[in-house]
Amino acid sequence: MTKQVLSAAVVLLLVAAAAYGALVVAPTERTMGTIQRIFYLHVSSAWTGLTAFFVCFVANLLYVFRRKPKWDWLGVSAAEVGLAFTTVVLVTGPIWAHPVWGIWWTWDARLTSTFVLWLLYVSYLLLRSLVEEPDRRAMFSALFGIFAFIDVPLVFGSIRWWRTQHPQPVVMGGTGSGLAPTMWYVLLFSWLAMLSLMSLLLLARYHVEAMREELDIVRREVEVV
Amino acid sequence: MSLLYNTSVLFGKELRTEFRSREILTTTVVFILMVIVLFSFTFDPSAAESRRFGPGLLWLAFLFASSLMLQSCFLREQNNDTISALRLSVSDPFAIFLAKLGANTLFLLCTELLMLPIFAILYNVPVLPVFGPLILVLFLGSLGVSIAGTALSAISAQARMRELLLPLLLLPMLTPVLVASTQVTTGLLDAVPSIQWKGIGFLAVFDVVFLTLLWLFGEYLLEE
Repeated sequence: MTKQVLSAAVVLLLVAAAAYGALVVAPTERTMGTIQRIFYLHVSSAWTGLTAFFVCFVANLLYVFRRKPKWDWLGVSAAEVGLAFTTVVLVTGPIWAHPVWGIWWTWDARLTSTFVLWLLYVSYLLLRSLVEEPDRRAMFSALFGIFAFIDVPLVFGSIRWWRTQHPQPVVMGGTGSGLAPTMWYVLLFSWLAMLSLMSLLLLARYHVEAMREELDIVRREVEVV
Repeated sequence: MSLLYNTSVLFGKELRTEFRSREILTTTVVFILMVIVLFSFTFDPSAAESRRFGPGLLWLAFLFASSLMLQSCFLREQNNDTISALRLSVSDPFAIFLAKLGANTLFLLCTELLMLPIFAILYNVPVLPVFGPLILVLFLGSLGVSIAGTALSAISAQARMRELLLPLLLLPMLTPVLVASTQVTTGLLDAVPSIQWKGIGFLAVFDVVFLTLLWLFGEYLLEE
């Protein structure tokens, strides 16, 4: 228990420091002004969400080949946490876009593919809720998770080639794009903070899933008696 | 070699089952026809608008129809309790998937070919000059839809609310197929037709990727 409180406190400190970095340390962007500071939350959440989905993908593969329930628990935990972070991305995006672009939403490559990504993992969780039998649920959702993750680059590629009229990405984009060094440090630190938050949530969710399994076993024993 | 033989036998079985009842083909044709007509009520397209939006709505109609049509391919086995027999009859479960997705691709292509002239007449879009490339896009697109759809229908057949679940699983996954095939079809039906090989190549890549996934993981989809 103390370990959990302690790690939560550390994560809280990291997130607070990241917020301080984004709001105070980072320089104000020349054209967009203060609103650009949402970038540090937006981008770091996006990267963290993708990291969580990657964890989910690895867990899915491990479940298919190893058949240990723990990989199923990790898979569902990572999918839920990744979905939470992607939701943050989808909410902060329009908040940022409205003052800067003058519109809430545009069917740009990254926005659209993030949305499709979000939909895919919503389907993943829906599928889990609709299959009763635990082993079957674990196997089906693992397979769907694998298909979905492999599908993501295809979604991104198709939308990027044929459905976008937007400028190059600023981070890791073409020539003429780039961030001031301080902005980079703040961004990377925000990502670190978000990753630690992700790990905390992931562990907590994993324990819930493990306890649910134990509860199921106990319940079944009671029914037999 | 036995994979090919098994696949062809199972493929024949799929075709026989369907052509005895013709349930899938007739319902799908009527469904697509209905969607095409209903779409024209929601906006009154001019000739230029038809060229611009027509391909998209045609592919949407195909996608929706396939998400309903693909339900039955494993559900039928499930209801008749033939899935275990099917699994025991072949050494490689990939043959089951190959046969089913082959049959589904064929059914989809048949309905699309039936719908194409009706679409051309109702929306005033000439399809004959670009018929060859159009068939290629229809084939690659339908193949992609069938591969992903057959795999996912094996999942949805064993879940609750399966009729709703399959579209929910399938449609987001087919976004790349929808985008690419719409793009290529729009190019073909343009006032000055053009073949976008990049899109055709992309569809081929999608098909190969999902076929490989099915080959790798298909056996787990059919486990008891």
